[in-house]
Amino acid sequence: MEEFTNLFHGFAVTLQPFNIMVMVIGIVLGILIGVLPGLGGANGVAILLPLTFSMSPTSAIIMLTCIYWGALFGGAITSILFNIPGEPWSVATTFDGHPMAQQGKAGEALTAAFTSSFIGALFAVIMITLVAPLVASFALRFGPAEKFAVYFLAFCSFVGLSKEPPFKTIASMMIGFALAAVGLDAITGQLRLTFGFTELLNGFDFLIAVIGLFGIGEILLTMEEGLNFRGGKAKIDLKVVLRTWMSLPRYWMTSLRSCIIGCWMGITPAGATPASFMSYGIAKRVSKNGRNFGKGEIEGVVAPETAAHAAGTAALLPMLSLGVPGSPTAAVLLGGLLIWGLQPGPMLFVEQKEFVWGLIASMYLGNLVGLIIVLTCVPVLAAILRIPFSIIAPIILVLCAIGAYTVNNNVFDVIMMMVFGVLGYVMKKCNYPLAPLVLALVLGKMAEESFRQSLLSSQGNLGVFFSNGLVSSIMVLGLIALFWSVIQEGYTRLRARPA
Amino acid sequence: MNTQESSNSGPSHKVVEIGVALAVVVFGLIVLLGSISAGIGWGSEGPRAGFFPFYIGLSIVISGAVNLWNAMRPDAPGGIFAEWGQLRQVLLVVIPATIYAVAVGYIGIYVSSAIFIAWFMRWLGKYGWPTVASVAIGMPLIVYFVFEKWFLVALPKGPIEQWLNL
Repeated sequence: MEEFTNLFHGFAVTLQPFNIMVMVIGIVLGILIGVLPGLGGANGVAILLPLTFSMSPTSAIIMLTCIYWGALFGGAITSILFNIPGEPWSVATTFDGHPMAQQGKAGEALTAAFTSSFIGALFAVIMITLVAPLVASFALRFGPAEKFAVYFLAFCSFVGLSKEPPFKTIASMMIGFALAAVGLDAITGQLRLTFGFTELLNGFDFLIAVIGLFGIGEILLTMEEGLNFRGGKAKIDLKVVLRTWMSLPRYWMTSLRSCIIGCWMGITPAGATPASFMSYGIAKRVSKNGRNFGKGEIEGVVAPETAAHAAGTAALLPMLSLGVPGSPTAAVLLGGLLIWGLQPGPMLFVEQKEFVWGLIASMYLGNLVGLIIVLTCVPVLAAILRIPFSIIAPIILVLCAIGAYTVNNNVFDVIMMMVFGVLGYVMKKCNYPLAPLVLALVLGKMAEESFRQSLLSSQGNLGVFFSNGLVSSIMVLGLIALFWSVIQEGYTRLRARPA
Repeated sequence: MNTQESSNSGPSHKVVEIGVALAVVVFGLIVLLGSISAGIGWGSEGPRAGFFPFYIGLSIVISGAVNLWNAMRPDAPGGIFAEWGQLRQVLLVVIPATIYAVAVGYIGIYVSSAIFIAWFMRWLGKYGWPTVASVAIGMPLIVYFVFEKWFLVALPKGPIEQWLNL
């Protein structure tokens, strides 16, 4: 019951006029970010993070998470109308969303996408409300070894669940860890890996990396494709919305399944993109309309959108309760917590009740506000999309530069951003996933600290990570996740063998 | 955009893939060297500064080597990385953007942004000067008011801003 009292307090915080204003601004900015190429959730939030330095942490996190919700909604618009996924997690939405738009059913597709997003998010928020405090109170008992085991699990599931080749995922992740280690060592106070360059004394800031890898990298990819926006008009009126809503309950099973897939993939740091593909794939296999998937089946829009939004929202559960973000955007939000002077992790639920519950309450309201805004503003957003790329691109690039500069008020960071941009372009072209790099860069120092503290307590004996039931089971889960693709392959081979 | 040069030639995917894997291995070796010089053993305060990065460096070298092996296998996916024309498009952004990033430190972000946007729109977008001017001057002005006035975030300024006493 205590959770509900806390949640009500949270609603009281969220409903303050300033916070509502911040919420609406966040959603609108987020939708724009989701719609425009080159600006995704992670780097959009990173660029706008400096704007929140003067706000209270609660208002700041409300604004930034709302940008995230907006971006999740916005990604669907470009996928359906233009067959261009604004975000990687909306790629699966193009499969059936765009054919629907071509058949003149853009309104239905958009309504279905937005509503599914909302339902996915709502499911995940309810789960967060109920589960996060439990996880946090459980995690309060964690020592350094358990903490390291949780990081281990998070990174192993990246390798096991990623659709990129495992050794590319590992390479990308380890480069992130290496970059995180550059600079001052927090435990011994010693400089390392700086090779005498004064610019490297403070190490690499992950916000710069996010803006470069995702923002600049994406612009370069778009330049290469020589992308022109060409696409249909969209009109949503109340009749279309109501008619679509009447038809949606038929797909309750798909929705529920997608919600669960999304929540699971969001908590383990696989993220929204694989969740949307997996959900689409399973729906295609299970549905009796499966054969029509890809030709404009509304169920093919419901499945990926629900899962993507549920995963995007659920990614905040481990971020809040364990201090381990489930997605790059959640990692940026975690970076925000550190900048505002809050220590992410289970203690937040004890020490910063107003912040945590204000945030959770804002997730309910923010997604509702988001749904209303996207349903009413589609024509305006579609018009923005018709602004040619040669105007949008330099403006986005300038915004990225401003964002990179304001992180540390350092001009050198703008140049670093360009370096990361080129790196992001090449990595993306060669199928190296970017998310593990960013997450390792954010968590590297913390993972290393808990690793070294555990070793210190055990006098260097690695057995400390298997010293009690809790830590060993987390480590074993991690190992299973690490070798998941191998296990899966073995299983299918075993089944394929005739008995 | 420029489509005349889109012949189907370009650097092969395999070569780029091998190059990236090699770069990863070299990066890992640098990390190993740096860790060793920071000390990878066990000191009075427990594991020394280079202890953790050393194993990270080792993993980078190993994973890079595996990727290199995979890229060199005869059944590795072929094809080209990108057409020369496409790479030209990318460089047309990378080079000016890098100049822009360096210029920010000398002439401030407002003037350099205006020049960069104007260049981009005029050169790649072929817009008329009135359109170019309105975006190139309007965007920095909006940024100025949003950042410096509303959110009180100071951005880098150059001689022109100093002269205008902003």
